[in-house]
Amino acid sequence: MTTVQSTKPDDRADTGERKVVTLSEHVVEIISDSGEGAQRCGQSLGAIAARTGNGVWTVEIIPAEIQPPARSVAGASGNRVRLGSGPITNGGDEADLVVAFNEQVLLGRVHARELKPGCTILLEDMWRDHRDTRIAASYAETYDLLVAAGYRIIEVPMERECRKLVSDPRRGKNMYALGMLCAIYQFDLDLARDQVALTFRKKSQKLIDTNVTLLTAGYEWALANLDLAFHVPAAPADERQVVTNGNMALALGVVASGMEICAMYPITPATSASHYLSEIFPKVGGVVHQAEDEIAAATFAIGASYSGKCAVTITSGPGYSLKQEAIGLAVMAEIPLVVVNVQRGGPSTGQPTKVEQGDLLTSIFGSHGDAPKVVIAASSIEDCFYSIITARRIAETFNMVVVVLSDASLATAQQPYRRPEFDPAWLAPPVDQSHVPEGLEPYAWDETTGLSRRFTPGQPGGMYTLTGLAHDTAGRVAYDPDANEQGLHARSLKLAALQKTLKAPQVHGDETGDLLVIGWGGTRGAIEEAVDRLRADGRAVSSLHLRFLNPLPPGLKEIMAGFDQVMTVEANWADRLDDPIIDETNRRYSALAMLLRSRYLVDIDTWSEVGGQPIKPGRVQRAIQRKLDRR
Amino acid sequence: MIDLTHRSAAECLLRLHDERLEIEGFQKGVPRWCAGCGDNAVLTAAQRLLRDEGLRPEKTVFVSGIGCSSRFPHYMNTYGFHGIHGRALPVAEGIRVARPDLNVFVNTGDGDSFSIGAAHWIHAIRYNMRMVVMVHDNQIYGLTKKQASPTSPRGTRSNTTPRGSYLEGLNPLTVTLGVQNVSFVAQAVDWIPEMLYDILQAAFHHDGLSFIRIVQRCPEWMPDNFDRYLHDPSRVQLLHHPSSLSISSSLASLYPSHLEHDPSDIHRAREIASSTDPIPVGILYHDPTVPRYDEIIRSEATHSSASVRRLLDSEFDKFAVTGGGLGD
Ligand SMILES: Cc1ncc(C[n+]2csc(CCOP(=O)(O)OP(=O)(O)O)c2C)c(N)n1
Ligand code: SF4
Ligand SMILES: [Mg+2]
Repeated sequence: MTTVQSTKPDDRADTGERKVVTLSEHVVEIISDSGEGAQRCGQSLGAIAARTGNGVWTVEIIPAEIQPPARSVAGASGNRVRLGSGPITNGGDEADLVVAFNEQVLLGRVHARELKPGCTILLEDMWRDHRDTRIAASYAETYDLLVAAGYRIIEVPMERECRKLVSDPRRGKNMYALGMLCAIYQFDLDLARDQVALTFRKKSQKLIDTNVTLLTAGYEWALANLDLAFHVPAAPADERQVVTNGNMALALGVVASGMEICAMYPITPATSASHYLSEIFPKVGGVVHQAEDEIAAATFAIGASYSGKCAVTITSGPGYSLKQEAIGLAVMAEIPLVVVNVQRGGPSTGQPTKVEQGDLLTSIFGSHGDAPKVVIAASSIEDCFYSIITARRIAETFNMVVVVLSDASLATAQQPYRRPEFDPAWLAPPVDQSHVPEGLEPYAWDETTGLSRRFTPGQPGGMYTLTGLAHDTAGRVAYDPDANEQGLHARSLKLAALQKTLKAPQVHGDETGDLLVIGWGGTRGAIEEAVDRLRADGRAVSSLHLRFLNPLPPGLKEIMAGFDQVMTVEANWADRLDDPIIDETNRRYSALAMLLRSRYLVDIDTWSEVGGQPIKPGRVQRAIQRKLDRR
Repeated sequence: MIDLTHRSAAECLLRLHDERLEIEGFQKGVPRWCAGCGDNAVLTAAQRLLRDEGLRPEKTVFVSGIGCSSRFPHYMNTYGFHGIHGRALPVAEGIRVARPDLNVFVNTGDGDSFSIGAAHWIHAIRYNMRMVVMVHDNQIYGLTKKQASPTSPRGTRSNTTPRGSYLEGLNPLTVTLGVQNVSFVAQAVDWIPEMLYDILQAAFHHDGLSFIRIVQRCPEWMPDNFDRYLHDPSRVQLLHHPSSLSISSSLASLYPSHLEHDPSDIHRAREIASSTDPIPVGILYHDPTVPRYDEIIRSEATHSSASVRRLLDSEFDKFAVTGGGLGD
């Protein structure tokens, strides 16, 4: 790696000519202390790129604490923006360019191995001459260290330049940085100004004007002083697109599914879905109930569903654990219910803001006894929206609990996707208040499908007492073993009946080859990108991404038979075979691998990572390569 | 709305006659409670209430948790929800919010509501959604065969406290009266059915959450528990007031201890509530003006295909790549 010594841009004569480097994609990070607005800078940059026609994926960089100390390694807050010429489906590998507001948050990203070795860093230089000599010394030391390590650091007088325009650059420096980045990436300044006005549309005109002034100043400064100029050619989509994060897509999905009631208890990283839903739901007569705890949230939703309005409860790991008994009740009494679990790191309080796919098995097998429920996992932002619509429909058709899994990476990541066209068929039918036909029982289970017709309060002739106790077809407490077995049978059959309606999933790549990689949930973009790179290298690898985890879709056995080897790629724990006491007799596999192995009796390997960050395509690529090379 | 197409003309005619049901119309099955169990009296009072108020069975839901007392819905010919231990209240709240047209009743035990469901009890009082809550307080865990409950008097010998329970019993009335938004608190005893009925009726007409603690005998596990009140009726103090319940002359002569109490006076209500001997019976507190959360959170907008389309359109416009940007 070549070391490029930086020049103090201020002292540098303007060369006039900027050489524009054309790229197919680029990853840029903007990082600051929390409260300095790097996140907003990144979001706006992502929006400008999307509006320019670039593919975009943004990732929030979230410090572990709400108010981390200023200038701390653990306090890095900001945004990663990956932009490309074509669609972008994940946050990519290490960053190519970084804007850092201090050297400590920068160090945080270096330690997290999020930066490409030798990448370019635009670093706020106000610390070099700081009157606190310890700060100045720390800055100089870090600067020297990173330069020695091969990074190209360009010191930028953001603070000094902003101070010429505003009294407190802590508010506003982010827009200055945005201006610099717009110049670097050749974005249209008018479009950027428009975006700033939009970003601050809820604020005063004065504030918008100040931010536009800062944006323009940053833009002009970069043109005059930086030799960095990138062009990521854009190909505007020929379809109408929207940009949201995954949690907003979930909330919009709740609206689009026709549900009217959401009961929740705040928990990271699920809460922002309910925040947004609280804002918009009343416009369609919807209610977000913040219950006293997750048990109350789940049982409240069950009460609403029971009385005819299928409800949703949104949570994450610890809350999901608390809901288990209530979920069992809904399974037993056949009450439709949508449960969204935006997974985070576990067990226990685990890693609230971090990415993990640790809840698959608990979603399928959670709650005591045999409690069959449907589990689907969203694999993209767009999928978060449609998964809820699908979930509501299945819940009400089969009178089942449907668990929708998302995760911390999808929750906050933003990506353009095709603007959904509302279809009235997405909505729930009106509450059935018709007279129940004489003689019909509330659990008149169909012998083939296990389905029965749900009775709703208000229906004359349908009065029965719902119970979580084992019951017979009439809903009466079942004291004889046959009735209990009949209930278990019927509830189990419903999963099979649903499975019969599913289609086999599509293989990404050829239908035969050396290796099939199977994934689920938010890792889709990274896995498919890794597979594409290897296929471009001539490797015979394909991938498969599962949306339905319970029941598993048909056709998997046949698909797997087309490959010499199969492995899953997941963001949850799997024992490593190079541990001295781990072998085939005690190895714990990743969740999906365990499921597939037990169902299909196929020797499926697994590669997993639990670093709390979105899995990177490069890491998947290397894992696949190693697997292929071991043969 | 009722779909008339599913109903024959004959049925409609029939309904004209059975619009008001006899008490049998609300009964279902044979209760499996022990002989002498106080739950029977509550069941009778509730069935009478439904008859007298002319409630439609299909428009009425009884929600319960788990316990002897929570078997209640099985014996009502209405819709019933016999859920899980401690969670009757949040289930009932979900029903109430989803279906303002239904009559919602809750039957729960002392363990169900004051132990495992304690959080829901406090918050249900605070939410003040319209429903009638009957807590069957036998001061013991009945169904699980005699363990101390939060309301068991200190020294209660039970299977988990063979040498006597350690702590003073919790007073559910004073706790309830300490919760912000409390709007209706009453105490009944199963052995004075007339008062039980009057309280239940007042509770049903209250526009908010009515909390009734029903002192309930459990001859199986606590055979002598309330003997001091039963043997000495003067230790039961009947509450009355012109604005509230009056006491019949027959009752007045049976129970000599009376207290005129204005249920709008919360301070006095708290004083009365703290007495366990004599035990107050009647309405302790009533404020019909407390706002109901189930009404507050209901939005003006109606849910329809058109309103959903409108909302999605306006949100997607906001986030459109061409005219908008990333959500902030
Ligand atoms: C989660 C859970 N824990 C424990 C139980 C066992 N259990 C059932 S009823 C009950 C106590 C019932 O006491 P109470 O609420 O006073 O009702 P009672 O039987 O006295 O009417 C217990 C502990 C259960 N069903 N569920
Ligand atoms: S055990 Fe007690 S509470 Fe339960 S039914 Fe028997 S008498 Fe009633
Ligand atoms: Mg009890």
